[in-house]
Amino acid sequence: MMTLPIYVQGAWFLGALLFIFGLKGMSSPATARRGIVVAGYGMLVAVAGTFLVPGLQNLALMLVALVLGGAGAWISGQRVKMTDMPQMVAIYNGMGGGAAAGIAAVEFARGGSHHTITVVLAVIGALIGAVSFTGSCVAWAKLQGVLKKAYRLPAQNAVNVVLALAAVALGVAMVVSAPARPELVVGFFALALLLGLVVTLPIGGADMPVVISLFNAFTGLAVGFEGYVLGNPALIIAGIVVGAAGTLLTQLMAKAMNRPLSNILFTPMVAAGSGEAISGTMKEVGPIDAAAMMRYAAKVIIVPGYGMAVAHAQHKVWEMTELLEEAGVEVKFAIHPVAGRMPGHMNVLLAEAGVPYDKIFDLDEINGEFGQADVALIIGANDVVNPTARTDKSSPIYGMPILNADQAQNVIVIKRGKGTGYSGVENALFYTDNCRMLYGDAQPMAAEIIQHLKTMG
Amino acid sequence: MDGMLALYIFMLAAFTGYEIIAKVPVILHTPLMSGSNFIHGVVVVGAMIALGGAETVVEQAIGFFAVALGAANAAGGYVVTERMLGMFKKKEGA
Repeated sequence: MMTLPIYVQGAWFLGALLFIFGLKGMSSPATARRGIVVAGYGMLVAVAGTFLVPGLQNLALMLVALVLGGAGAWISGQRVKMTDMPQMVAIYNGMGGGAAAGIAAVEFARGGSHHTITVVLAVIGALIGAVSFTGSCVAWAKLQGVLKKAYRLPAQNAVNVVLALAAVALGVAMVVSAPARPELVVGFFALALLLGLVVTLPIGGADMPVVISLFNAFTGLAVGFEGYVLGNPALIIAGIVVGAAGTLLTQLMAKAMNRPLSNILFTPMVAAGSGEAISGTMKEVGPIDAAAMMRYAAKVIIVPGYGMAVAHAQHKVWEMTELLEEAGVEVKFAIHPVAGRMPGHMNVLLAEAGVPYDKIFDLDEINGEFGQADVALIIGANDVVNPTARTDKSSPIYGMPILNADQAQNVIVIKRGKGTGYSGVENALFYTDNCRMLYGDAQPMAAEIIQHLKTMG
Repeated sequence: MDGMLALYIFMLAAFTGYEIIAKVPVILHTPLMSGSNFIHGVVVVGAMIALGGAETVVEQAIGFFAVALGAANAAGGYVVTERMLGMFKKKEGA
């Protein structure tokens, strides 16, 4: 590492410091907003300082790249709808992974260092960065609906293992023969990029949040390792902090879904057709009856799911809630840890609609209360209230903690059609005696219920 | 950089990341994932250094893409995180 002027070092140090303060701030609702702003200043300081590195070439090219990438992402980030947030996070994350792999590629192309540790870390960083890049692109495509189904190769796990071993073998060859021949480097990157694609393609949409979080941790680690290669402590600190935080976050999410990470990666959920057949019929209800059931209830628990978000019904649902509360009904929201497409995604969507925190409850907090509820209103949620997860060992979602909506006196389900949930599993709840189906888009249905509630006064 | 010194940095940074996340409410998981996504956008600094030392056309091309991708990671990560957290802020004031 060349010795850099103190103002460059100082800028990077300040950047790293502000990142940690920012992340700390983001870990509590009260200070979260300030946290991201603080981290934002850290980024500006670190980037500005980098321009002062002596002997920096290609400045014009650099400015064009910064403006192109930065402005493009800034505008798309401003425009994206809250419901589409998870795939946006995925794609930005993938870009970071790609950048980390790119740093390694430039180093290899230059012939870079011959120092073993440096080459090892450059190779590892390049491998996980490249996997994160293509994997995140697949995750984006799936959540965006570009890729509709999971593609599963025959002997998928064997293919994954062989590809991973081949990539690692080429990586080892690069370390041993450093500086590596160009063909070797190109082959290594091709394999690493392919690995990200092949590993992610068979993973179902329901598992995608965990995968995005995992790739987020991957990118962090890749950035940290490339930071070592460049001798830049700010990159090491920011990258490793995110790597560690992301790993923990991934574990928390996997735990909430009761899907060990190894299951998500190696035994993807089998779609539809599995699990026991369910007997019985679904019973329909109209909006007027649904309104009456809730109006004359003492306690209603609303279980919102991704379907509510897609229908942009959260504002109507909140209006309906306010009417019910005026009529003296106690209303609470029950949020499953994986409701929406990422943990906490539903909280964000409800916050957008103006629902206060103190009406929103986690699974652990509210599950005991369903027994005392007169009505559980399920809006666009499916798998997270499927009692099959408790009982049917053959079901792909067996063991996932669910909201005990089936224990409420009455269950009303607002749903667009008779289809299955994201996991492709039939929902036994819909066939129970105390369950009524209200077919239709969540937004017009909520609007109709509001009309009826108003006439009931 | 001194290999051992870097190892210490790795260790301390890993602890820092772990501790910061350990006590976070579920409600903040999505913004936090997004926020940490923004922070590893600092990769743009590394990409700038790589491009800054690039000499051949191939190196320049890869470096250019790395900087553009890194800048997109940082800018996009910031905007979406800020938007999400902004909604929480509004709520508290109400």
